[in-house]
Amino acid sequence: MVESLARLGHLGLHALARIGRGHLLLLGILGGLPSLAARPRLLLAQVYNVGVLSVLIIAVSGLFVGMVLSLQGHYVLSQFGAAESLGVMVAASLVRELGPVVTALLVAGRAGSALTAEIGLMKATEQLSGLEMMAVDPVKRILTPRFFGGLVSMPLLAALFSAVGVIGGWFVGVGLLGVDEGAFWSQMQNKIDFREDIVNGVIKSLVFGWVVTWIALFEGHDAIPTSEGVSRATTRTVVHSALAVLGLDFVLTALMFGD
Amino acid sequence: MPRLRTLEILVGAFMTAGFLALFFLAMQVSNLSADVGSEGYRLQARFENVGSLKVRAPVTIAGVRVGRVEAIDFDPRRFEALVTLRMDPRYRQIPEDTIASIFTAGLLGEQYIALAPGGSEANLGDGGLLEHTQSALVLEQMIGQFLFKKAEEG
Repeated sequence: MVESLARLGHLGLHALARIGRGHLLLLGILGGLPSLAARPRLLLAQVYNVGVLSVLIIAVSGLFVGMVLSLQGHYVLSQFGAAESLGVMVAASLVRELGPVVTALLVAGRAGSALTAEIGLMKATEQLSGLEMMAVDPVKRILTPRFFGGLVSMPLLAALFSAVGVIGGWFVGVGLLGVDEGAFWSQMQNKIDFREDIVNGVIKSLVFGWVVTWIALFEGHDAIPTSEGVSRATTRTVVHSALAVLGLDFVLTALMFGD
Repeated sequence: MPRLRTLEILVGAFMTAGFLALFFLAMQVSNLSADVGSEGYRLQARFENVGSLKVRAPVTIAGVRVGRVEAIDFDPRRFEALVTLRMDPRYRQIPEDTIASIFTAGLLGEQYIALAPGGSEANLGDGGLLEHTQSALVLEQMIGQFLFKKAEEG
């Protein structure tokens, strides 16, 4: 009885300590912003790592998601004689939900895991301690550029995803299924609001970019410095990022569109 | 990792592509390009019943969109809805005796305001009031009237 109570307490304290370390790390990362502003070159390499290297998978996924949305949407909408609303359906689902969420999940899998493994290995091979020995703050020098690289890349990738998806939806809807092209675009432009839909989508992807890179960097920085520890941390990054993105998406959607 | 110069070019191309995608979403997908915005002039119209007319709903003449609904307020003294229309500044010549009606696009579509221009020489200016209006048709009312008439006949 007492033993299980103690175990529960240990788990709770452990979780709280991790949350606390995570927030302290985030503070340290944000504190590195002035030194990053002095050396913007560091950001460049990280935007390349997170952003440029993810373009291919994002564009291809966006294209196929848009095409599938168009196919499935046409199946349902044509039953109500409302196939002209296909453009609205494709664009709204992409811009509001799928763009930010699927991009965040893909980035967590492609770039987040890489970030965790990189930082974890730096820790395991004592490169971070080495930097500290040379009086260089590893959080400011290593983590801050990676964090802002992710934060900058995510909304751009999400916009790319949505745009390519709309074009894919247009290709299938107008090109293959014969929906009227004018109705496809004009209904879309009538119903999709810039402030309500597109800006909210960008805000969502900014939040996801923040959370996904934060989790990835924290897991790497907090990993047990062995090969097993790094591999576990990498797994945790993907799982926790996906859960955080999906959970936050519900909260954000409820706040933005839930009235 | 590529050389610094290549890196810069690739990152620059990525950022450009991202912002172009955003621009495409803003102009081609959303209503930003079609927005009259804060330009244009205002017209007002009173309706007995606006049905499910929404703010931002289109205002059309002869089926062409010439503006948007900017605000829908309730006038507590006359118990009527006061609808403010934001009109495209290109279309200044709206005759004084224009009729504003609330119609529904399709069977399940959204409601919009259709203006049927009158024959008056004088045009409405900024803030002008459309005197002649026709309320939205409420389906339940129509069915009620229809049944009532049937009962009277038979």
